[in-house]
Amino acid sequence: MSRVRSRAPATRRRPYPPARLAAAAAVAALTLVPLFHVLGFVVAEGPEQAADLLLRPRVGELLRNTTGLVIAGCTACAVIGAGAAWLVERTTLPGRRVWTVLMAAPLAVPAFVNSYGWVSVTAAVEGFGGALLITTMSYFPLVFLPVAAVLRGIDPAFEDMSRALGNGPWSTFFRVVLPQLRPALLGGVLLVGLHLLAEFGALQALRFPTFTTAIYEQFESTFNGPASMMLAGVLVLGCLLLLMGELRLAGRVRVARLGSGAARTAAPHRLGSLTPLALTGMAALAVLALGVPLGSLARWLAVGSSTAFPVVALLTTTLTSIGLGVAAAVATTLLAVPVAWLSVRHPGRVSRLLERSTYFAGSLPGIVVALALVTLTVGYLPALYQTTALLVAAYAVLFMPRAMVSLRAALAQVPPELDDSARALGAGPSAVMVRVTLPLIARGLGAGTALVFLAVVTELTATLLLAPIGTATLATEFWSNSYSLAYGAAAPYALLMILISAPAAWLLTRESRSERLPA
Amino acid sequence: MTRTSVRLHDRAVAADGLRVTSVSKSYGPTPVLRSVDLTVAAGALTAVLGRSGCGKTTLLRLIAGFDRPDSGTVTIDGREVAGPRGILPPEERRIGYVTQEGNLFPHLSVAANVAFGLPRRERRAEHRVAELLELVGLDAGFARRRPAELSGGQQQRVALARALAPAPGIVLLDEPFSSLDAELRESTRRAVVAALAATGTTTVLVTHDQSEALSLATRIAVMRDGYIVQEASPVELYQHPVDRGVAAFVCAVVVLPAVVRGRIAVCALGELPVAGPATDGPAAVLVRPEQVVLTGSGDGVPAHVVDIEFYGHDALVRLALRGANGEITARCPGHILPTIGEWVLLAVQGPVTIDAA
Repeated sequence: MSRVRSRAPATRRRPYPPARLAAAAAVAALTLVPLFHVLGFVVAEGPEQAADLLLRPRVGELLRNTTGLVIAGCTACAVIGAGAAWLVERTTLPGRRVWTVLMAAPLAVPAFVNSYGWVSVTAAVEGFGGALLITTMSYFPLVFLPVAAVLRGIDPAFEDMSRALGNGPWSTFFRVVLPQLRPALLGGVLLVGLHLLAEFGALQALRFPTFTTAIYEQFESTFNGPASMMLAGVLVLGCLLLLMGELRLAGRVRVARLGSGAARTAAPHRLGSLTPLALTGMAALAVLALGVPLGSLARWLAVGSSTAFPVVALLTTTLTSIGLGVAAAVATTLLAVPVAWLSVRHPGRVSRLLERSTYFAGSLPGIVVALALVTLTVGYLPALYQTTALLVAAYAVLFMPRAMVSLRAALAQVPPELDDSARALGAGPSAVMVRVTLPLIARGLGAGTALVFLAVVTELTATLLLAPIGTATLATEFWSNSYSLAYGAAAPYALLMILISAPAAWLLTRESRSERLPA
Repeated sequence: MTRTSVRLHDRAVAADGLRVTSVSKSYGPTPVLRSVDLTVAAGALTAVLGRSGCGKTTLLRLIAGFDRPDSGTVTIDGREVAGPRGILPPEERRIGYVTQEGNLFPHLSVAANVAFGLPRRERRAEHRVAELLELVGLDAGFARRRPAELSGGQQQRVALARALAPAPGIVLLDEPFSSLDAELRESTRRAVVAALAATGTTTVLVTHDQSEALSLATRIAVMRDGYIVQEASPVELYQHPVDRGVAAFVCAVVVLPAVVRGRIAVCALGELPVAGPATDGPAAVLVRPEQVVLTGSGDGVPAHVVDIEFYGHDALVRLALRGANGEITARCPGHILPTIGEWVLLAVQGPVTIDAA
């Protein structure tokens, strides 16, 4: 006998606690500073100035390159990522576990290391074709991972139901499976698009100019020219278009995650005689995405004539990267706590707005955030310019969504009724925090921190613009060596980057493998 | 409210287990509780019974201190915990609270859950935990388990043990059995009521399940639209509901038009004695289906059987009275059932109630 739950006034409006609301609003405002600065600049300059700066053949070329790469790259990633996910999750493809790891692993190789791997082997990858190949190989896991997760999580009962209602396997795929995949697919493609708009290192190495590389060059040559701000304005517009497009397409579809892992697994589709073909395809993908960059990295490490191990420089750079990574990870996660808490515990218009604004700020390209912070501090707060604090602030703006996602998920697993139970048992608000909430969200906090750390260690663009003079990270050292064609000297920095990312990455895979706490 | 002022209140009120006086609460423009009064004697179990949305959960949350009343006072064990002089936070009210889902802390073992509300130095005392688990009918071996390894019924028992551990002045149960399936529900109910009786704990049980309220509670408060419409013992509630709505909510009821004359109601089922005082004139009488008895012979009102809803232990038999005199439902024991279409004679046992509304 099932009865409707009688949580009668479940819709009772709980007022926002003022102190926590203020904290969340302050964090959201901080993340929005770069965006408003760029938009404010564009508006202040006015249409005439904008036309002057933007209506040039060079800008036309940038626009063609950027939109071309975004459209082609998103399409390629969608097809490859979703196809690979389906093969791995829903067919009899042998070696499922190995493929899962191999398809996710390219995320651990930053795109600019990937492009170094290719370009140090052959110059043929310069230009559009190479840029498409390399960015696709770097970013298709962004589609693969969410789509695979949904394919794994979909309750096969829906498919059985559809078959029982007279739909064949294909019709079932298009009418039942695909609609459930749509949010994950679109979300992944959106991430790819945002990454492509923001990509700097990989494309610069391939001499393929887009808005992001052009802003950097503009900035390097003229420093703080209005032209680079105007280009940044166009880039922000591009991000807005992508975000709105995704919102429109994904609509308000909600795909419920069903059960907590207890759902039956679906019977896999038999590949039969197509197995060798599928295996070859997957292997080719792994070689292109991982084999080439790692292989050429190994080659440069081993035999490259310019390979040198300046131990002291390597050590100090590694320590700088770790220090920045830890500082930014802790700061970002702490800043995310009030916003995440408010949005989970007090869902409402205001908390949603605050949460969204941090996501939006985080989807801006690193170059835009960095440029905005540079011009802001040079103009208004010169004391902050060229400080580590400013660099950490930029990281916090850029990577807050990563911390937010983990924190939100963790907080959502802590039903507010647990707070009630604890307080009824005599625990005050701070005791509830220490004895109940923190132990339960510790894993989420750890995962968020690890995600931010990983992103900071491989961040290039904002670091190039904002790092105080004399501060070199593994990413910037790798970049300056490889850009000046000292491929051998660059290699150890890439290796170290991968090595210090390993513990955090391992933590994350452990996190995703361990069973979820029951709510 | 400061601690000193609380102490001043301690001796202010008589020693009822719980006293709720003129408590009102609105969410925005919608009133949820309208001047509710409720008294629970120390050691008694009062069920607050009502449909979803009637305000019963809000009442419980006000007693617990998770929400504050707009007006009125709440007194637990003679100590004012909410009122014009201030609001005591839940952790200082000495309450036990058990929810529908149990809400055991997933990161703690059963033992740590049970010991959660104990003072720090008592938390390690294994015998305390074992005693409490035994109290709710669980083996001490459960202490080491994780909440996720327990069945729903076991989780609810542990939740009660956890609530009883700090020896609360009152235990508040918020639909604690409604997420359990029928079989578990019975055994869990028995275990919970036995544990509460053994400790003599004052208890408020919020439920929408009539049979649960009737079988477990010493008193029942029926809530409707934010009012408590009747507060009575289960038997009183069944025999003398204040109106047709309460009567029908508590148990199935047949309403018949009648004319009352001198404590006798004349209706389609004949001349029936009326329980309690009644004014002469036209009225509506309330008859329980189980009062209606089917007889094969002798005196009675003739009717034929329209259909039968069979439940095993008994059945609801729908009957059409001869002529255009309407329909009656009778509850018959499962072992002596009429057949559909059969003509029977109906008699009414016991007095009937006049609908006050």
